[in-house]
Amino acid sequence: MLVTKAKRLLATLAGWAASVYAGGASAEYALNLRPGVTPISREAYDLHMLIMWICVAIGIVVFGAIFISIVKHRKSKGVQPAQFHESTTVEIIWTVIPFLILIGMAIPATKALVAMEDTSNSDLTIKVTGYQWKWGYDYIDDGVSFISSLATPKEQIFDMQQKGENYLLEVDNPLVVPTNKKVRLLITASDVIHAWWVPDLGMKKDAIPGFVNEMWFEIDTEGTYRGQCAELCGKDHGYMPIVVIAKNEADYGKWLSAQKTASDAVAAAAEREWGMSELLERGEKVYNTSCAACHQANGEGVPGAFPSIKGSAVATGPSGDHLALVMNGKAGTAMAAFAGQLSDVDLAAVVTYQRNAWGNNVGDLIQPAEVKAAR
Amino acid sequence: MSTATAHDTHHEHHPGGLLRWVFTTNHKDIGTLYLIFSLVMLFIGGAMAMVIRAELYQPGLQFVDPQFFNSMTTMHALIMVFGAIMPAFVGLANWLIPMMIGAPDMALPRMNNWSFWILPFAGLMLVSTLFMEGGAPAGGWTMYPPLVLQTGDAFPFLIFSVHLLGISSIMGAINIIVTIVNMRAPGMTLMKMPLFVWTWLITAYLLIAVMPVLAGAVTMLLTDRFFGTSFFSAAGGGDPVMFQHIFWFFGHPEVYIMILPAFGVVSQIIPTFARKRLFGYSSMVYATASIAFLSFIVWAHHMFTVGMPLTGELFFMYATMLIAVPTGVKVFNWVSTMWKGAMTFETPMLFALGFVVMFTIGGFSGLMLAITPIDFQYHDTYFVVAHFHYVLVTGSLFSLFAAAYYWLPKWTGNMYDEKLGKLHFWLSTIFVNILFFPQHFLGLAGMPRRIPDYSVQFAEFNQISSLGGFAFGLTQLLFVYIIWKTVRGGAKATDRVWEGAEGLEWTLSSPPPYHSFETAPEVK
Repeated sequence: MLVTKAKRLLATLAGWAASVYAGGASAEYALNLRPGVTPISREAYDLHMLIMWICVAIGIVVFGAIFISIVKHRKSKGVQPAQFHESTTVEIIWTVIPFLILIGMAIPATKALVAMEDTSNSDLTIKVTGYQWKWGYDYIDDGVSFISSLATPKEQIFDMQQKGENYLLEVDNPLVVPTNKKVRLLITASDVIHAWWVPDLGMKKDAIPGFVNEMWFEIDTEGTYRGQCAELCGKDHGYMPIVVIAKNEADYGKWLSAQKTASDAVAAAAEREWGMSELLERGEKVYNTSCAACHQANGEGVPGAFPSIKGSAVATGPSGDHLALVMNGKAGTAMAAFAGQLSDVDLAAVVTYQRNAWGNNVGDLIQPAEVKAAR
Repeated sequence: MSTATAHDTHHEHHPGGLLRWVFTTNHKDIGTLYLIFSLVMLFIGGAMAMVIRAELYQPGLQFVDPQFFNSMTTMHALIMVFGAIMPAFVGLANWLIPMMIGAPDMALPRMNNWSFWILPFAGLMLVSTLFMEGGAPAGGWTMYPPLVLQTGDAFPFLIFSVHLLGISSIMGAINIIVTIVNMRAPGMTLMKMPLFVWTWLITAYLLIAVMPVLAGAVTMLLTDRFFGTSFFSAAGGGDPVMFQHIFWFFGHPEVYIMILPAFGVVSQIIPTFARKRLFGYSSMVYATASIAFLSFIVWAHHMFTVGMPLTGELFFMYATMLIAVPTGVKVFNWVSTMWKGAMTFETPMLFALGFVVMFTIGGFSGLMLAITPIDFQYHDTYFVVAHFHYVLVTGSLFSLFAAAYYWLPKWTGNMYDEKLGKLHFWLSTIFVNILFFPQHFLGLAGMPRRIPDYSVQFAEFNQISSLGGFAFGLTQLLFVYIIWKTVRGGAKATDRVWEGAEGLEWTLSSPPPYHSFETAPEVK
């Protein structure tokens, strides 16, 4: 009863706030954890509610006592202060009772934790890699891998366009998993620490360069679930969302074979000779998703933080050195190694683009075959 | 700039020129310098919080770019922790400990001078990084590698200022310990010391234990960046998670360094205005000591998501939950002290009551965060932001406000304006809750911390929180005005000041003599 009343009150409050809000975004809001779609997330939710209500109950007792004191034991009522102090009995009672309450909390918490950390007997293993600022997914058993980055257009971020329903929580290539299968994630990072978190799956795990962490989930409802990187990872930490789509086994199988066909096509494309205009066209797209966050769409970078590519010695120097820098990154800086993130065609295209855009008129062109040879 | 303000506001009633403040070895002068420095830093850090709340007022990017936003969150935290809260408590210790234990001054006056005068330079160095190539540090105040190693020119200045702040804290702590151990008036046994003195004694030991650990951690960052070591780089055989372990071995005692003296302040104020002895003096001392001990064995609860073994997670969960016991003892003691007292509600008491209620709310969310399987959901969300602002703002900062109003009449000899003081309390309390309470909802709904932009479902509560933040920030100007007015004049305070006040500092004149107790008082 009390809960629904409090919820209604807060809903009115939030509704009022929403009407004040002029941004025109949807008035959807939330107050609490979501129960989620995995057995683990529901267990976490139940535990959360249990502990919260225990805290509320203790709060009522403690704050109630303070309130009664404030109302009744005030000098303005003419009361004389009592003189009692020090009571070993009372001290023991208020040490032991909280201790027992804590034990009552620790038992279900321990059970939940043991279940969460049991990553054995999984049906499917996916490797997750955090990059500044996107996620890479490798379906280890099926040979499918792709990069997943933010799909929200810049215009929405800079308020030049109406924000969409899934503003900042949409990606180009979502992670697709089958329902009712125990999916194990192997989580790592290539540059700095990130954290992989989808609230509906009930778990969060850090992605640490050089280390592999494990977590698991078993989704029982088909649908799309959204989350974000949860560990500060630099400039665009707020712009690396996670989208998980859970499909039934048949649909998942179809998706998987479509992915395999697509990656075969990419491999085949790397075998042929590419022309300048198609490389530039593809290169611009790759540049905007993989490079522009730091080096900016105009190639001028950010002084002091990210170097300019426009007119730079690297982009106008020998093409082999340029390609090597893009593929291997630069140690000790934010410049990542893109060899593991981009295909041969994409690497060839983006380097060609950088050498021939914004007034960089080197005029040469890098073939996917050269990239393959450089690997 | 902070030092300039320090001089300006004190010209008129302490003639003697600038050099008096530079060379002073008097505990009251140094206490004043600390308090003014921390007030200036409070407003610098607060201005950064205003930038953060302005950017978060609505989704999208309106005012700052994400890199600068990260600098703001990083600098806000560093300045508030090392520049505002910690120096403010050291300032209180300087002013009050000699007067409370019946001593003429601190034991090591020249070191006292030095430990203060390091601070403005360290603070200035930290703030100057805002103007450096590559911007101010933006990797979070926790300075986790590898991210912090991507900091631009500011990096060595960040490390050096952390070193200086640490040196200052250690010297301050040594001075406090030596003073308390050696300079108590005859008859003042340890178990007769005021609780503020007790909590500071324990805090000082915590400082000496952990500040060198922080210094070690940041020195390893420095050598990783400039001298080719790989302490925290997996590629060179190191471990980035090791930094987090070392940092939080410092970091968890650090949060108690910021709250134990607050417990002391509140334990002085509540008995005064309830006109009744503190319910359980010795259990308060033991609870403080227990919290200090536990603070050394709970650090990894800040990093449950790094992938620890199950047994490690269980140990840190159980140890963390245990802290609720001594903390509960404290809260129950304060409530029992009020029970059947004869309470009045002057401004210091209002802030102390606000402290007890809102610190307890922060304690509840702390208990929830201790439960590892649900911490996986809360970790690095606004739920955590709400939690530590309840314990640090409505906890530490409110206790500092309470202390300022409680002892200001003693320090200046003038009563503050009670009406304005109460107004300051009510405005602060209302706005701080509008500011931080909705952040619990944001965190539970899934908003990560340290992001400049967010999805539209979080818009409403962020807007409410920002409005509360602006109002809370503005309200603090009132505090400065009240202090300024009290320093300038006002109704004369009696020596005792408060009807129910107990303790040696109230036997001195208001304002007290330059050397507090030239002959030691006898304590029975």
